[in-house]
Amino acid sequence: MSRIDPIDRRLIEATQGGLPLVPRPWEVLAGELGLEPAEVLRRVRSLHSRGVIRRVAAVPNHYALGYRANAMTVWDLPDERVAEVGERLGALEFVSHCYQRPRRLPEWRYNLFVMVHGRDRQETERQIGQLKELIGGDARAFDVLYSSRILKKTGLRLADPGRPE
Amino acid sequence: MEEIDRRIINRLQEGLPLVEAPYAAAAKELGISEEELLSRLRALLDSGVLSRFGPMFNPEALGGAFCLCAMAVPEEAYEEVAGMVNAFPEVAHNYRREHRFNMWFVLACETPGRIAQVLREIEERTGLPVLDLPKEREFYIGLRLCA
Repeated sequence: MSRIDPIDRRLIEATQGGLPLVPRPWEVLAGELGLEPAEVLRRVRSLHSRGVIRRVAAVPNHYALGYRANAMTVWDLPDERVAEVGERLGALEFVSHCYQRPRRLPEWRYNLFVMVHGRDRQETERQIGQLKELIGGDARAFDVLYSSRILKKTGLRLADPGRPE
Repeated sequence: MEEIDRRIINRLQEGLPLVEAPYAAAAKELGISEEELLSRLRALLDSGVLSRFGPMFNPEALGGAFCLCAMAVPEEAYEEVAGMVNAFPEVAHNYRREHRFNMWFVLACETPGRIAQVLREIEERTGLPVLDLPKEREFYIGLRLCA
């Protein structure tokens, strides 16, 4: 992963709460940071092209949009098949996260995690059916874990670089 | 929700163009004025339909360390263990799931060494083993919910 310099870090901190909702948002940030607006936009584009910023986008609240049946599906695939299957599943509209993770045998055999979201369980079950079809014979086993309660949710914040370990 | 709000949400989940006047560019695509887009975005944020609007960062790129963890917690001890786990400031979110492994949380720390330390502390505190399942490879992250 590419490096971020102290100015990038300040830019990230300044936008963690969101992008200003004004016609020229980079100008507002430039004013706060003491930079030229063109410099702010150049840095945002660079952070985006390096993958530090995934995109500048709206994050909807699942529940407000009526998505109540959120499931983590987990799959046991041969290691050599994970990359290809993961790319294919990650491209589906209803998949929000798709990760490879290590197995922890004998307790945990699954190496691919795919989060899906439906308005109700019927819709989510249909999505899971689509995953099964796409994965086909590659899956040796799978399981579905519906979320039933949020116990804690605080956003991920930028670590303070000045704090000692 | 009005049709135009749905279209705004669907369009803006994909990302704002990174140009000098980004809202004007997105508004043009949506066939509305920049002013209307901004006022509707404000209203969607105020009412909580959108939880956030802005850059989505890849947290690893910011220098942190993250790990998904799972525990199989006996039902009778569930609330107590949830309290113990949530008390760690490194626990960023925690979900109850319907499974033998019924508690799933994410640790967000400044260094990988700290992750291992917090894992041990949680095991000691709760007396229960913790499965650590760090991300090895990411294929997609983001929501494309249809509003």
